[in-house]
Amino acid sequence: MLSKIVRTVANQLIVFILIFGLYVIAHGHLTPGGGFQGGAVIVSGVVMLLVAFSSKELKKSLRERVLSIMESTGALIFVALAFAGIGTAFFYNLLVGTPIFGRIPAPGPNPGDFWTGGVIPLMNLAVGLKVVAGLSAVVLALALFASGEEVEE
Amino acid sequence: MRKVVGLILLLVLVAFLVWGVLLIHPFGYPPSDMDDYIIDNAQEQTANNNVVASVVFDYRGFDTLGEATILFTAVTGVLLLLRTLKRREESS
Repeated sequence: MLSKIVRTVANQLIVFILIFGLYVIAHGHLTPGGGFQGGAVIVSGVVMLLVAFSSKELKKSLRERVLSIMESTGALIFVALAFAGIGTAFFYNLLVGTPIFGRIPAPGPNPGDFWTGGVIPLMNLAVGLKVVAGLSAVVLALALFASGEEVEE
Repeated sequence: MRKVVGLILLLVLVAFLVWGVLLIHPFGYPPSDMDDYIIDNAQEQTANNNVVASVVFDYRGFDTLGEATILFTAVTGVLLLLRTLKRREESS
């Protein structure tokens, strides 16, 4: 556990890191980024908390069992979305043209509309959930192992 | 002696990498129809402004599935390995 200054700054900063990560994940179909990148941003915030506080403190709020379930859920949603278009082809974008994320943008450069992209925003969310949970679990497990704590499940 | 051997190995590696960079194709060559097709049709077919995202999650979705599987396997391996080590310590 580091000094009180570091802990306070980390406490304030984690909000902005989480917001930025969620922004990168949610706007993966409009701006550079996506599920993997935004998830990595959020996990960098988790690493910051892990450095500022000890792994013992973080273990109280982040349980590896829950993280494992979250990761599996993200992977299942991703594969289910891929299989949803199996009527035409694997990974077929079946939401194009429907009211849910289905607006087709004008060809060429345009300012962008959030409700576009078909299944791609949903896949970004699923992959983001998976990356956040998976990498957090790895980092937490390594930190707990290094500090000699017990890794449960 | 070790430093000399290390330097020779480093030079060999650098020469190898420079050789690889010199042999690389010029930008955009050989020309292919696939990238033109994707650039022309991605916005209509996937309703997506970010063509990179449409390639990653739609045209080349299988690749992303493999990437996700790699991450899943890595996480599973790390958790499994650390848990096994803990149990062995307890039993000994």
